[in-house]
Amino acid sequence: MFAKCFEMALSSVLSNKLRSALTMLGIVIGITAVIALTSLMSELTGTVTEAFEEMGMESIMVSIQSRASTKTLPIEDVEELMNENSDIIAGFSPTVSMPAYMKDPEDNSTISSTATGINEQYLSLKGYNIEYGRELTYIDIERQMKVCIIGTYVAQNMFGGDALGQTLQITGTPYTVVGIIEEQDDSTEGSSDDVIYVPYTLAMHTTKTNTISSYVIYTTSQETVEEAETLIKNMCYKAIGDDDYYTVTAMKSVADSLMEILERMQLMLIAIAGISLVVAGIGIMNIMLVSVTERTREIGIRKALGAKQGSILTQFVIEAGMLSCVGGVIGIVLGSMLAIFVGNLLGMEVLPTASSIAVSFSVSTAIGVFFGFMPARKAAVLNPIDALRYD
Amino acid sequence: MPTPLVEMKDVYKIYHMGDTDVHALDGISMTINKGEFVAIVGQSGSGKSTCMNIIGCLDVATKGEYKLNGRSIKNYSQDELAEIRNKMLGFIFQQYNLLTKLTVLENVKLPLLYAGLKESEQRKRALKSLERVGLKSKAGNYPSQLSGGQQQRVSIARALAGDPSVILADEPTGALDSRTGREVMLFLRQLNREGNTIILITHDNSIAAIAKRVIRITDGRIVYDGPAEGDLTIMHQHGAGEESVDDEKAKGAT
Repeated sequence: MFAKCFEMALSSVLSNKLRSALTMLGIVIGITAVIALTSLMSELTGTVTEAFEEMGMESIMVSIQSRASTKTLPIEDVEELMNENSDIIAGFSPTVSMPAYMKDPEDNSTISSTATGINEQYLSLKGYNIEYGRELTYIDIERQMKVCIIGTYVAQNMFGGDALGQTLQITGTPYTVVGIIEEQDDSTEGSSDDVIYVPYTLAMHTTKTNTISSYVIYTTSQETVEEAETLIKNMCYKAIGDDDYYTVTAMKSVADSLMEILERMQLMLIAIAGISLVVAGIGIMNIMLVSVTERTREIGIRKALGAKQGSILTQFVIEAGMLSCVGGVIGIVLGSMLAIFVGNLLGMEVLPTASSIAVSFSVSTAIGVFFGFMPARKAAVLNPIDALRYD
Repeated sequence: MPTPLVEMKDVYKIYHMGDTDVHALDGISMTINKGEFVAIVGQSGSGKSTCMNIIGCLDVATKGEYKLNGRSIKNYSQDELAEIRNKMLGFIFQQYNLLTKLTVLENVKLPLLYAGLKESEQRKRALKSLERVGLKSKAGNYPSQLSGGQQQRVSIARALAGDPSVILADEPTGALDSRTGREVMLFLRQLNREGNTIILITHDNSIAAIAKRVIRITDGRIVYDGPAEGDLTIMHQHGAGEESVDDEKAKGAT
């Protein structure tokens, strides 16, 4: 019986192709929007999450505006904090930026880059593995050894790959390459493979600074970030005395608030698309009401021949459900294509998620059934005598 | 004595129109047995359509008792009435009332579908029914591809398909020219000879003449119930013809 109702609904939908298509259009547009938006947003969220995870969700940056104050945050303070709270803080490193000018081996042009001065803990805290050579050691730091550790991009670019033990001229000073970090990204310029690390003591010496203005502190886990943030802020306040002169930024807090914004944006966009779906549903209801009126006589005949209210109801509900369900499928296809197309323009690889497809499909079908119910009910309760007499 | 197929006892159908009550049926009693061919005749507004609706379980009486096949049609829900129509009655309408978007075969299968028969059984019985009306070869056609007479035969096949106790024909020749109309009537008479009970509702005396028995209704009351010849004899005595509506009106005036 159900299969027969399905068949009858299908033939009715097909016999009014233009009207069916126009009725579906609303659902198609709504679902297209939902699929495209959710796919793009989830890809965007994914990219952002990845970026933060690369930076380390356990990291907290401390930076001190040294110009404005004579007070500084001595490295001993940070060390002491770490030792007292070893369950919260896993390690830290000063980060001292140093301009790095190098000669391109191919055309002798000047490459302007930045080297970062770090301590012996930094690379392992960041989760970088050394592929060739060794890490920085305490001795390198203590003696300001002219050594460096580079990323795969620099190794490729400056030495054609075989960089270990070679000498890298940075701003006129020769550095021995003692380690190469394994490929993190895709060995392109500006990626996490385009890096040069030197002992921070050497970087301070080279840049002629005697105070450290920036630290990165790693917590033992993401759960202790908040606690660590408070401890670090207290430490900074004690050392510097004015919270205008330093900033403490936990990567996780930034990531969390950014995620929240993205999530809200996504919800808002879906809500807007949702309104179009409701409008589309009302369109379906409208057309079904017209259809019921037009087919009053047909309904009368069916009832005279023994159709029960349930069969008439089922037939019309299925018809409405079919309209919106087919519209939904078309919307899913169009939305996916749109998402992939826009993704390509933005240089992202966007694919609609299975869950968004499943939800869109069920929502579109549910809309048809919901908005089709009232007209179907109207058809089901028609009086057969009046319906038969209807012209 | 066997149970009559149709039994009405003092049936009233009263419509409330503002302050006044309109008696569409004003105390009708009749008994129709299996195998009869009865014409219910009356001019428009006489109450013959209301009478058909009640016999056809499309409507229920306000007062009085109506039994179909010994079963009192009273206090039934719409769905129960639908089931009774499906099992016991076959309808033939003036406008054929075939569904234009369905093929001839699908149209004939429709009552069997609502009876909940299996697809193969529906098909078998529908084709058999179409064979009886001589249109098996048109099974795959759409109603619009057939002539008026053929369409009416399809609707007869549809009425026969469910093997009903009673076939109710409401002005079956109304939309046909007199020659095809006569053919359809002769076909109905043939069906009656094969044992089907047929109740015909018409305003046309010449059509009614083909039936064995005539029940004439005027103003919601039965004014004649007997052999067709008898009714027509009375009419002739009054000087009325047997052909058309105009004659009927003339009779109503006297």
